[in-house]
Amino acid sequence: MFELSPTEWTAIQLSLRVATVATLVAAPLGIAVAWLLARRDFWGKSLLDALIHLPLVLPPVVTGYLLLLTFGRRGLVGAWLADHLGIVFAFRWTGAALACGVMSFPLLVRPIRLSIEAVDQRLEQAAGTLGATPLRVFLTVTLPLALPGVLAGMVLGFAKAIGEFGATITFVSNIPGETQTISSAIYSLIQTPDGDSAALRLVVVSVVIAVAALIGSEWFARRATKRLHGN
Amino acid sequence: MLRVDVAKQLGEFHIEARFASEGRVTGLFGASGAGKTSLINMIAGLLRPDRGTIAINGETLDDTAAGLHVPVHRRRIGYVFQDARLFPHLDVRQNLDYGRRMNRLADDAAARARITDLLDIGHLLERRPGHLSGGERQRVALGRALLAQPRLLLLDEPLGSLDEQRRVEILPYLERLRDEAGIPMIYVSHDPDEMRQLATDIVLLKRGRVAAFGGVEVLPAIASLVR
Repeated sequence: MFELSPTEWTAIQLSLRVATVATLVAAPLGIAVAWLLARRDFWGKSLLDALIHLPLVLPPVVTGYLLLLTFGRRGLVGAWLADHLGIVFAFRWTGAALACGVMSFPLLVRPIRLSIEAVDQRLEQAAGTLGATPLRVFLTVTLPLALPGVLAGMVLGFAKAIGEFGATITFVSNIPGETQTISSAIYSLIQTPDGDSAALRLVVVSVVIAVAALIGSEWFARRATKRLHGN
Repeated sequence: MLRVDVAKQLGEFHIEARFASEGRVTGLFGASGAGKTSLINMIAGLLRPDRGTIAINGETLDDTAAGLHVPVHRRRIGYVFQDARLFPHLDVRQNLDYGRRMNRLADDAAARARITDLLDIGHLLERRPGHLSGGERQRVALGRALLAQPRLLLLDEPLGSLDEQRRVEILPYLERLRDEAGIPMIYVSHDPDEMRQLATDIVLLKRGRVAAFGGVEVLPAIASLVR
């Protein structure tokens, strides 16, 4: 009964690839932004904060459409990237990864920011008196102590990226084998006669992935607390 | 030789301090709130003076008129904090090695052995700070600061968070440090007995100003002044 068809497998693999790439590319950027928000005061800080959280409150269709306007072939950034670097997002799986990265960014940044804020700045001062440059203070003290939070943020971001639907389908459509992720595959199957059992199988798969991600995130959060208490 | 001549406004509190010291252990003495910690934070480079100069062995670290402020990580000034501040994610060995790594110093097994012996922390090397007693933590913090090979060591009430029994346990280590390590120290405390035992010079700080400067013999007279 639980036999996955090649189309379903393709959708699952594509979802995993899209979410993995989105998370890995977004993570360094997310860490940098989280550090800025946690440790620095600068002009436009609340604007940056709002901008990052925008995908969380905007209708995903709007985010997807904005991505299409910006990164589409005729979009301002999209045209430039295609002409100069040969990078095309529109209707490609890379575009799906971009949409997922943008949509999951607030969920990725938040735990990282909280865990950086929880790092005792007095330890960072101590590292400075021992000769560590600000960058090395970050790499040897702040980041290791915030690492469980970083991993928790990545897990959460990954889970969000796996399930992303609205922005992805708006931006890169629903092309089997290229941009059809689990979510858009389920959407198509529901609209197909006799698609119910296939849709149900994919639903089970996405529930399993989501639950695993949440348990993983919880585990990392517990490790973070333990680590900060010096055990 | 340490020369300090600084002014700093911290909210309602104003620090204006000036002294020069060549002693092995300069005791920075005063009641809590006299500005002792702010003053050594300025020497360490953690706090930037509003006005004035700080120089050590002829090298200027701060000169506000010239816009000079050597950042904390380039000062080579060790700091032992009241709360030890060991890195919780590193074991004792890695904590001790941290300053050597950050300053890219050559590995000196002899110096390491000498200091772990001096502070009696050789049996703690594999432990995490969470599994140390308060006195052990403070000894490791001392070792960590020393192994970064500082040219000056700042000690901010290193016994302040310890009970009487632990103080008695650590004091002899500090005396050995003074007599054997050969690194000048600034020792912050509000305890006249500690001062008498350790310091060679005394700077008395009162409400942000240097009220007296001299040898240990001035301590009994000034003790009443502080309270």
